[in-house]
Amino acid sequence: MDFLHQPWHWSIAGLIIGLTVPALLIVDNRRFGISMTLKHLCAMCVPMNIKFFDYDWKPYKWLFIFVIGTILGGFIGNVFFKNPESMVVAEETKTFLANYGITDFSNLMPPEIFSVGEIFSLKGLVFLAIGGFLIGFGTRYADGCTSGHSIFGLATLQWPSLVATICFMIGGIFCTHFILPFILKTVMP
Amino acid sequence: MRSLLILLIGIIFGFTFVKGEIISWFRMVEMFQFTSFHMYGVIGTGVVVGIIAMQIIKRFDIRTLDGSPITYEKKKFTKGTVIGGLMFGLGWGITGACPGPIFVQIGSGFLAVVVTLLFAVFGTWVYGAVRDRLPH
Repeated sequence: MDFLHQPWHWSIAGLIIGLTVPALLIVDNRRFGISMTLKHLCAMCVPMNIKFFDYDWKPYKWLFIFVIGTILGGFIGNVFFKNPESMVVAEETKTFLANYGITDFSNLMPPEIFSVGEIFSLKGLVFLAIGGFLIGFGTRYADGCTSGHSIFGLATLQWPSLVATICFMIGGIFCTHFILPFILKTVMP
Repeated sequence: MRSLLILLIGIIFGFTFVKGEIISWFRMVEMFQFTSFHMYGVIGTGVVVGIIAMQIIKRFDIRTLDGSPITYEKKKFTKGTVIGGLMFGLGWGITGACPGPIFVQIGSGFLAVVVTLLFAVFGTWVYGAVRDRLPH
């Protein structure tokens, strides 16, 4: 298997993600932060006289170009250069998921939950709708997400970003240990 | 020209998110269950590389392509940093995605995630609508 098909070591992925910070600054003096896309989409499509969305989104066109790039990159990476082998997942996590009938590791996401056919089911409501809502509301309330706080904010040594990152992790750990088992028990047949 | 470069950075970023398996729901469950080092390695390396790069920019007064000094706004601490951060963490734990991976997952062929994106936009919109009534 060649380098473009096989999954990469964490150090290579981390290196490239870290370099995105100076790359965007040097190319166009842009601060890395993807959750702002959601805000600009609101300002563009449904501002509805809300003060928070009453601004000109056009100067932020660069972020849409960047995001379109990430979509293309995802397409190239998982369609043209898809890893032909199943994911290597930790045994403990595999056993945990198998309890709820999640056993297909052939792609990056479990088809038992994240497939188009499940959109209008209880799974879709919890994993797509409620999860998505929390991401959108939470990141804007926290003024940033994993890219803006955990990568850019930490790289530029801003302490509020350290607080935000710790809170992201606490939320995620709490959810996976105490809420996810309950959700999976409820939605999986 | 600059737009093309930004597009290219985006493509490399999205490709890396697939190859590093950062958009994988399985990797997020592993991270939060502490059963794999992978995601800690990715984020840790990213932060360290970012810190070193920013120090180099500062020390050597590296400028943008058109010669202007590099500037950025600072993040402010509010109550939202904690409350919003915890809320996002819950959403991250359920969906296995942050805003970046949402887009990359859609590009990777997981079309159901379009629904996640729509609800994330809706969540942001609701925040904007009730913002004045929330503690900050």
